[in-house]
Amino acid sequence: MAWKSFLRSLPWVIIATVGCLTGPRAKAAQETARATIVRAILAPDAAQKLEIISSLAGQGDEAIRELFTAWRQDGLFLYAPADGAKIPVELTGDKDAQGAQTAVRADNGEVLKTAAGQPLRLVGSELVAVEHDARLRLAMRNVVDLLDLGSPLLAKRLRAIQTLGAAQKPDKLPVLLARAQVETEADAKLALRQAIALIELADPSDELKLKGLAELRLLHSSASYDLIKAARAKAQADGKSGIAKAADLAMGAIEQHRSVVNFFGTLFRGLSAGSILLVVALGLAITFGLMGVINMAHGEMITVGAYATYLTQKVFGDGVNFTLPFIKFAIHLPGLHLTGWAYQCYFVVAIPVGFLGAALVGIALERSVIRFLYRRPLESLLATFGVSLILQQMFKLTFGSNNVNVDSPVYLSSNWTIFDITFAWNRVFVIGFAAVIVFGVWLALTKTPLGLLIRCVMQNRMMAACMGVRTERVNMLTFALGSGLAGLAGVFVTQLGTVGPSMGQEYIVDSFMTVVVGGVGSIFGTVVSALGIGLADQSLQQILLNPVLGKILVLVSIILFLQWRPTGLFAARSRSLD
Amino acid sequence: MSPPSASLSFFRSRHLEFATVAVCLVLLTVIFPLLNARGLLSDYTITLWGEYLCYALLALSVDLLWGYTGLLSLGQALFFSLGGYMFGMYLMLQIGMLGSYAKAGQNPAGLPDFMVFLGHTFLPPFWRPFQSFGFAVAMVFLLPGFLALVFGFLAFRSRIKGVYFSILTQALTYGAALMFFRNDFTMGGNNGFTDFKFILGHSLVDKGVGSATMRGLFIASALVLLLVSLGCYWLNGTKFGLVRQAIRDGENRVLFSGYATAHYKLFVFVVAAMIAGVGGALFVPQAGIINPDQMTPAKSIEAVVWVAVGGRGTLIGPIIGAISINALRSWATQAYPDSWLIILGIIFLVVVLFLPGGIVSLPAKIMAWRSRRQPPAPPLEAAKPVPDRP
Repeated sequence: MAWKSFLRSLPWVIIATVGCLTGPRAKAAQETARATIVRAILAPDAAQKLEIISSLAGQGDEAIRELFTAWRQDGLFLYAPADGAKIPVELTGDKDAQGAQTAVRADNGEVLKTAAGQPLRLVGSELVAVEHDARLRLAMRNVVDLLDLGSPLLAKRLRAIQTLGAAQKPDKLPVLLARAQVETEADAKLALRQAIALIELADPSDELKLKGLAELRLLHSSASYDLIKAARAKAQADGKSGIAKAADLAMGAIEQHRSVVNFFGTLFRGLSAGSILLVVALGLAITFGLMGVINMAHGEMITVGAYATYLTQKVFGDGVNFTLPFIKFAIHLPGLHLTGWAYQCYFVVAIPVGFLGAALVGIALERSVIRFLYRRPLESLLATFGVSLILQQMFKLTFGSNNVNVDSPVYLSSNWTIFDITFAWNRVFVIGFAAVIVFGVWLALTKTPLGLLIRCVMQNRMMAACMGVRTERVNMLTFALGSGLAGLAGVFVTQLGTVGPSMGQEYIVDSFMTVVVGGVGSIFGTVVSALGIGLADQSLQQILLNPVLGKILVLVSIILFLQWRPTGLFAARSRSLD
Repeated sequence: MSPPSASLSFFRSRHLEFATVAVCLVLLTVIFPLLNARGLLSDYTITLWGEYLCYALLALSVDLLWGYTGLLSLGQALFFSLGGYMFGMYLMLQIGMLGSYAKAGQNPAGLPDFMVFLGHTFLPPFWRPFQSFGFAVAMVFLLPGFLALVFGFLAFRSRIKGVYFSILTQALTYGAALMFFRNDFTMGGNNGFTDFKFILGHSLVDKGVGSATMRGLFIASALVLLLVSLGCYWLNGTKFGLVRQAIRDGENRVLFSGYATAHYKLFVFVVAAMIAGVGGALFVPQAGIINPDQMTPAKSIEAVVWVAVGGRGTLIGPIIGAISINALRSWATQAYPDSWLIILGIIFLVVVLFLPGGIVSLPAKIMAWRSRRQPPAPPLEAAKPVPDRP
């Protein structure tokens, strides 16, 4: 029954839709959707009503959905005032004791008022409901279905197009074709092409099927993969080898595109993972690589940077209270109560705060412990591990053992999508920042007087001291630099991972491996090995689909790599023994 | 990296040192079980001391490497846990139909509970031989030994030493811990093995029988420790032991004197791994649990600190260190749960900075300090020149 009435109304729908979409839109601008609907309600016969309703197809006015829903559910009534023409109204709101409801005019959406300006309350059962039959209801549903297609919002339009394409209903094809002629946005155009091709794929005629497949092959969107696969299975079952072959080609194109996207996505993720590793390991390359101190508390310097970011954020917001353990010293940091962009700037401020905080802790550590251990590297491992335990417990007692929450500033929490590859801004930022830090460290070590002193003290402490270099001071500053870099890493890690008292432990083994693989004492080696390990890790994850197994494989391959080059990639060459 | 000289040790001769260790261990083996059987010592205490002795085995293995050979391995906790896991597999299969799933009738095959939980219906093939006690004990030696052999061969062949060796062993431990944390490795995931019921048919849980089993395990641990100490004592007296110490003090000179230092190091590394493995195997039934937390690099470093606290390069030092630090932990985690890690960290610092020779060197240090405080003995009178004979 419904099917028959649909078929009868189909020509109207098509004609009206195409007319509306292709014709000048000025007509639509003259008459609002509400006015059109009122015209339809008041039209004398059903054929006319049908024509007017169908003419709304492709328009994006939300009022259409509201009124049609009300109409179909007997929510529209004809109110005939004593003096004049009938007014279609919608009864909304709660019924009162008499069963009366507020009446809203269908033609302009305003509340119906008496001459005195009082809202008029009407009782539904006393009024005549606007009539509808199966054909009208179907036409209305068609219009509502296509409503989003004309929406002024691009995202809504895209979703509507994709839904229509995935549904593969041949009757929607004319509407889409019409829309394709007026669409101006490139994204929507692409989506339309795909939706049209998908509907053609479902068409019974082989010619259209082939056309659709050729188009889908050009578009190579993964969203259409399953539908093509289904079509291929059907074609094979029907023994249509030409179509199956075309489907194969289209699927091949999609698979190829997918692998290209995956490849670049992995490359990007690997690069960003490598950059995090690089920022973390760079500080270690200085304290371990240049100074020879095995600082197991390096991870806790990262934590210092992360908590510094947390505190900076709190100060920009509502302020924070915490108590130092054991001495019971309560600290209250008043908040600046900033909002909007001023608050978002906290991250920019946190960068130097994190660096300085970690550098100060580093200086304290160097002065109190490490300066006694320059001649005993293995024992510096034990002592600094003790420091690491103490610091972790201190963080736990001060900030609680749970992770704390650090907000992402808006400028780091979005992403770009280029050629289907997603570039998260925080990861792009980490890559760029790692490059800046490496450049900065290189400048500091090679172009500044302090860098000169650092290099000479690290080469030969005794000889430098003999030449009048204040080695104690240089040691202290070098260690502060290394620790400060770890603090910077901590600031960035807040954007990518969790912030908690033991977070530093996650990075410590990896960063030591990075420095060893790169070649102890070589900053350049650290850069290469960090990026290499990051890439290897991400690609193995992609291939094995298993992060832990990938990590284990990376560790094993590092051990094997050191068989081949025991001193790392770029080892400082020396003739000295022991 | 100057090793503590022998003169710092409390004992004048290593024979005396070993005799002390042996007497103490024999006394421990006799007195504790006797007290426990009489009801004067709680089951809890004797189990706890049994665990300390297993930790002492781990500490001895670290000392063998670090104190005597100069190799700071951060992988000993891995070998300890591997031994524990191998024996744990045997213990898990002994539970049989007494597990909670089997009791509920959901485990007809008598699999370990965690496997039922993960949806296994049959025992993985590599688990099957662990039904046999003998096979499990053999694996306690073989698996850590084999891993040490392969890793040590690769590391020593390419002359990775010093700090790099530490970092590599740390990475090995870390990687292994990651693997054992995974559920699909069928080794219990992060819960590990627990809820053991029987060992060689003796109950581990029943009130009366259980404490007898625990006594037996305690005696076994003490005797194994005695045996390992004897082995170390004997090794120190051989030429092999001397070469090993020479490697510690100057590897390149030993190498240039024509010794294949890599072979010596490899042998010690494998033996130490096996000792740690036995320690782990004895530890598991007494502690009642083994999980990947025991396998982390941090645990290895802790074991190194026990050795440092007791006094490295001595036989008695690691035993004293392991027992004292763990006894301190048992007390402090109860009394000051918040501060325990800080106390441990401070011990690390104090020992490294102020007491490189450990507790064992303390008496000698005090003596040296007192002799400095005492007024110097009056100088001997200069011999009077003998008048020339006319």
